[in-house]
Amino acid sequence: MSLLVRVRRKAFDEKPVLEGLEFDLGEREIVALVGPSGCGKTTLLKIIGGLDSDYDGTIGWPDGRAPRIGTIFQEPRLLPWRTVRQNLTLVLPPDAHAAAEELLRHLGLWSFRDSFPPTLSLGMARRVAIARAFAIAPELVLLDEPFVSLDPEMAQRSRDVLLEAWRERATSVLLVTHDPVGAAALADRILVLSPRPARIVAAIEVPAAQRRGDRATALQVAAQLEVAVGQHLARG
Amino acid sequence: MLSLLGFFVLWEVVARLIGSPLLPPASAVLAAIARETASGALPENLAITMARVIVAFVIAMVLGTVLGLAMGVWRRVDVALDSWVTVLLNLPAVVVIVLMYVWFGMNEFAAVAAVALNKLPSTAVTVREGARALDHDLLEMARSFGMRRWPVIRHVVLPQIYPYLFAAARSGLAIIWKIVLVVELLGRSNGVGFEIQVYFQLFDVTGILAYTLAFILVVQLIERGLLQPLERRASRWRR
Repeated sequence: MSLLVRVRRKAFDEKPVLEGLEFDLGEREIVALVGPSGCGKTTLLKIIGGLDSDYDGTIGWPDGRAPRIGTIFQEPRLLPWRTVRQNLTLVLPPDAHAAAEELLRHLGLWSFRDSFPPTLSLGMARRVAIARAFAIAPELVLLDEPFVSLDPEMAQRSRDVLLEAWRERATSVLLVTHDPVGAAALADRILVLSPRPARIVAAIEVPAAQRRGDRATALQVAAQLEVAVGQHLARG
Repeated sequence: MLSLLGFFVLWEVVARLIGSPLLPPASAVLAAIARETASGALPENLAITMARVIVAFVIAMVLGTVLGLAMGVWRRVDVALDSWVTVLLNLPAVVVIVLMYVWFGMNEFAAVAAVALNKLPSTAVTVREGARALDHDLLEMARSFGMRRWPVIRHVVLPQIYPYLFAAARSGLAIIWKIVLVVELLGRSNGVGFEIQVYFQLFDVTGILAYTLAFILVVQLIERGLLQPLERRASRWRR
């Protein structure tokens, strides 16, 4: 699945939020959009996810049809009155239930299958949300700050779960975050967004050898990212 | 249970001290219940009243829920119907009952409609509150995953409305119990309300209390045996 994002302009009450925001997402690629809080990242995900059509521009799907998209929101957004397993199966066609259970097993969530979400920790609930997004066999997964307010260990565990699911289901991933290190630990490519109105001010390719490595590697990549952004700002 | 037993003992003692036919002792009332049950009159009248309650309750809950959801979700429906709901909410029950009998005749339809109409507006108002408090994040999630309309209503919307539905059912039943007897008293020739009217004309307090007590018993049974377990089941995810 590849995706061509061309948002010319998106405004709320005449105030521009996104302007001239263009990038492509390749097949099986993980791209992170990094930008300050409130720069319009969530708005962009809504546009790509088809939840907001009030904008000027196009979202291009190569074969012209809308793909299956699994969204992982900032909050887990699980149905509190349905069990973990039901939260997955409710968004699936009946013939995919076995696959969902397989995924729960694979991601270490099986023993929680009959728990209700209010009994789960935030980290656990996030992992269930990740499982739900991948359970629908998505062609594209959208993530909105999925690791905020988790301690580093939990965030790492969630990232591992995400990568595990991503390897299992060949899919493209677009993630927005304000955390450069978190982005560097996951992405093939990192795009840096300006404050409102958001556009891309820098792009850095994570070298293949450093992709999805340990935390030390991620810190190195994040440092490179900082240098690139600094250079951009110096150029004005 | 203990307070109930104490109440009966106190009633028996006080009634025997006073010795007036206007306050028969508990034992006499229980005997009357036994007699009326044996003759079949009490069960029959109770069943008739219950049937009216159930039909009116279901109609009022279904229509009130649909109306309340529509008013809570669509602003235009709310604007169009709000003052009518308020009028109905404040209209004295007796006016509604009398008008129904006058317009539709002294028949079963008018009786049930009068009961339902008395309960409908409070259900609509309560459910409207629930619809206004719907979690938009969850609805957005459902939309993003392409959930269809009926599953969204069943798994996303209704569970959020349940607490409001139970509140409406509770207060609704409370209204209905009171209204249905008046409806029967004014225009039906059977049911608990009619029997009470008959005993009233005879100034037979024992008969009145016998029917009242039996009625209270059934109401309690429904509350504890049906409503409370249902509510516990619907909220078992809250821990």
